[in-house]
Amino acid sequence: MNHGTALLWKRRALSSLSATRRGLPKEKMTENGMMSRAKVLTIDTINPTVKKVEYAVRGPIVQRAVELERELSQGMKKPFAEVIKANIGDAHAMGQQPITFFRQVLALCSYPELLSDSTFPEDAKSRACRILQSCGGRSMGAYSASQGIHSVREDVARYIERRDGGVPCDPDDIYLTTGASDGIVTMLKLLVCGEGASRTGVMISIPQYPLYSAALAELGAVQINYYLNEEKCWSLDIPELQRALDEARQYCNPRALCIINPGNPTGQVQSRKCIEDVIRFAAKERLFLMADEVYQDNVYADGCQFHSFKKVLFEMGPEYSDTVELASFHSTSKCYMGECGFRGGYMEIINMDDEVKDQLIKLVSVRLCSPVPGQALMDLVVNPPQPGEPSYDNFIKERTATLSALAEKAKLTEQILNTVEGISCNPVQGAMYSFPRITIPEKAVKEATENGQEPDMFYCMKMLEETGICLVPGSGFGQKDGTYHFRMTILPPPDKLKILLDKVKEFHQRFTQQYS
Amino acid sequence: SNVLSQYSSSSIFNEKQMFDGLIREAKMSVLQEISQNVRNIKQLEYAALARRATQIQKELSQGVRKPYKELTDVCWGDPHSLGVKPLTFVRQVLAACVYPELMSSHKLPLDVRQRAQWLLGKCEGGSIGSYPASAGIPEIIQRMSKSIARRDGGVPCNPENVFISPGSQWSLTVTSLLLTSCVYAPLRTGILIPVPCHVTTITSITSLGAAVVPYFLSEEHGWALQVEELQRALESAKGGCNPIALYVINPGNPAGYVQSRKSIQEVIRFASEKRLVLLADEVYQDCVYGKNSEFVSYKKVLAEMGPPFSDTVELASFHSVSKGFMGECGLRGGYVELVNLDPNVVNYISNLNYDTTSVLAQFALDLMMNPPRPGDPSYPLYNQVRNAVNNMLVQNVKMAHEVVNSLPGLSCQPVEGGAFVFPRVFLPPRAIQKAKEEGMQPDTFYCMRLLEETGVLITPGCEYRQKEGTYHIRFCIMASQDTINKALKHLATFHTKFMKDFS
Repeated sequence: MNHGTALLWKRRALSSLSATRRGLPKEKMTENGMMSRAKVLTIDTINPTVKKVEYAVRGPIVQRAVELERELSQGMKKPFAEVIKANIGDAHAMGQQPITFFRQVLALCSYPELLSDSTFPEDAKSRACRILQSCGGRSMGAYSASQGIHSVREDVARYIERRDGGVPCDPDDIYLTTGASDGIVTMLKLLVCGEGASRTGVMISIPQYPLYSAALAELGAVQINYYLNEEKCWSLDIPELQRALDEARQYCNPRALCIINPGNPTGQVQSRKCIEDVIRFAAKERLFLMADEVYQDNVYADGCQFHSFKKVLFEMGPEYSDTVELASFHSTSKCYMGECGFRGGYMEIINMDDEVKDQLIKLVSVRLCSPVPGQALMDLVVNPPQPGEPSYDNFIKERTATLSALAEKAKLTEQILNTVEGISCNPVQGAMYSFPRITIPEKAVKEATENGQEPDMFYCMKMLEETGICLVPGSGFGQKDGTYHFRMTILPPPDKLKILLDKVKEFHQRFTQQYS
Repeated sequence: SNVLSQYSSSSIFNEKQMFDGLIREAKMSVLQEISQNVRNIKQLEYAALARRATQIQKELSQGVRKPYKELTDVCWGDPHSLGVKPLTFVRQVLAACVYPELMSSHKLPLDVRQRAQWLLGKCEGGSIGSYPASAGIPEIIQRMSKSIARRDGGVPCNPENVFISPGSQWSLTVTSLLLTSCVYAPLRTGILIPVPCHVTTITSITSLGAAVVPYFLSEEHGWALQVEELQRALESAKGGCNPIALYVINPGNPAGYVQSRKSIQEVIRFASEKRLVLLADEVYQDCVYGKNSEFVSYKKVLAEMGPPFSDTVELASFHSVSKGFMGECGLRGGYVELVNLDPNVVNYISNLNYDTTSVLAQFALDLMMNPPRPGDPSYPLYNQVRNAVNNMLVQNVKMAHEVVNSLPGLSCQPVEGGAFVFPRVFLPPRAIQKAKEEGMQPDTFYCMRLLEETGVLITPGCEYRQKEGTYHIRFCIMASQDTINKALKHLATFHTKFMKDFS
């Protein structure tokens, strides 16, 4: 990294710290001593909701990690040889390999002259041709329809039908989005309205994936927290949902319930019964259900199974399946693909009123369309190589290898962390993270508070400085008062993961000792 | 409930109808309240035309006889779908980045392989599948800043002020979000916009709850921007909203003007005097055709004007990979450069970009800002194609002018740049009357007739706003010559007949 780039990283790193911590720059004095002209846009005149937006996953700890990387590369001595960024669910960054077939098809789509290249398998070529045929001018550079390429939406609908054992899916209910995040934010934009006590409230699980809190802050919506039950493997308790809802009704108008299954950061895979209960609750309380199901292929624990909200909904009969309004989100970023950089995703909207659908279509057309390569990738994800096709065997091999590696790493993580006194880790049933609870000694809590830091941020910063391991403190996701956690991905390759876990263990023991 | 009262008075009381009605009411009551900002997004005139076009497409595929065999859609600034090919160098690099195995063979030129290698080296894990930094890949931004400085004859570009985004529309929306503030309550934030103005700009602003304050470009003067008109617009906003920004688009859309340096200076002076943030949409900066026209960036002119303007006027400049020679609309890539903004404010843009731009789009930006140079293996082809496309566009514009201006009842200001032609249609009173009877805007009616009779799809001027009592049409000239020839031929035939029928 050259100096200029490093400087840019550093400045951008500092930017995510609050203004008070950085210190506001002094007002400029011109040469003749006069104060320079006040700006039109100052932190007092800009949109106040913008100031509330924070995104912990890329927050201060990550910026410090990047600085440390730079210092290491400049030869500065550190107690560690490398920084391990176990903070973000980015599989490829941690060495996971892309699926060959997908990359072959997308390369053919990018540069169709390669169709005459004999090193590409026939099924990749025919798939590329099919995709290009549905693009304007046979180019991925043409705009697609705002809702997404029609043939891709048809393929997504068929995938959903297959996944859900035949429950019908209408391609018109499918919207191709820029990652799942785009879909989630779009739905929130649609739903959030009202003033004061009738301002829209949105229920989100704590701990939560910070995209939700950031989006709700940006939209000025009311965030309604419901706590997952750590003692019961992060399960969802209906009485807790009810408590959160009843309380929230006093100061806002709760209209939506968000649930992430499999969970992030918690990794739980909800039981079928739990999903039914949530659906019943949403029906009773007239809440729009937002089911973030991006980790649907990431299920590892024995006895656990992914149940799609839609499937369960339809199996509960017309009383629910005709009325409960549901949006389900999926993405190309997770599962076995790990293609975060493509920004591919879709949402399926069920039981939305037609007039409201018109509004949604208007809203998505403002951003024109989602990236076409991402749409093409989503098409491949929902329509992978079939038995008998040339690429099938290799595809299955690669997919199985990736998913079984993740399953192994999930187990390893839980095992090792649970051998540490003061760390307690729920089984990582699915997704890509562990979210262990840590005991922080009183002395450390005190020192952290004096520093103006959350205790787990203090802990994680120390861990970073002493071991080079970058994790995200639980305070970035929300947690029950007085409890502390960190989120760690299970993505590093197995040998590195083992080193990482051993270092975490050592650090925790040292830290506990130091502050006893 | 309402439903019961709806049916109880009816002599036929149908239980199923009641149940369905209850379900419908239950549904609607959950989503009946949706965001007013979303509701306020205006339905496009184009929607009706698109619906009819889809039907016609279906009819054609079913073998229904029509005076034409296929539709000719010249509505959008979407070069690839109109027959303009992607640039070989760009697509070769992107393919190599998608499937790095391609780099080991020598099928791709050396400079392609080198660029792909450099770009992939900037990705974590060496894969385009990893998350990029939210403001954009730093090394790419560094290089972009140097290119921007080069473009502006050496005016420095600070990479800290450059933010990559999924398209210029996104950049505009995020920037507008920053400006849209309730601190001026009860007045809404206002942004001055030109008339005519392309729709996505208007919806980006209004969907945030901000108000648009229209200023009319002067058609008779080649769609010139006149300061007196800016003044009038600003005054008209008093009491209605709090104008805080001035949006300009240069080269224009839909009107194809290219602002002179003098005009840009006037706008900058006005913005400075009236304390308006300048939002300069410069996505068509590579699309200049007029012999006497030249694109010069707002940033460059600002710098040339020296203090106090150069270090006080707050400016956001937008660019994108969608237009110009790239035409890569589907990749969704762009950037915004912020000039003279308070650094504390700039930081918040970073926060808002938590949904990142795809890696391929960021690579495309690098390729756009740093194309092959003389001496590079890919340069000869790149240069040849660029010249050919430029000549083709110049020809398209020339032909469009000739055809349009030769038809009585159609006239067009010089198209100096941009992607579109925006002729004025002098609709006969009888046509206007007929349009009203059919419940359509007169220029939409004209476009609908054109579609029915020739299969050519264009958009009406009312979509973009226009002076009361004037009518226009817009169509894209960033297309293959065949497409343009066809569209113009049909338009000419249709127009002559239309004017005769409604005389």
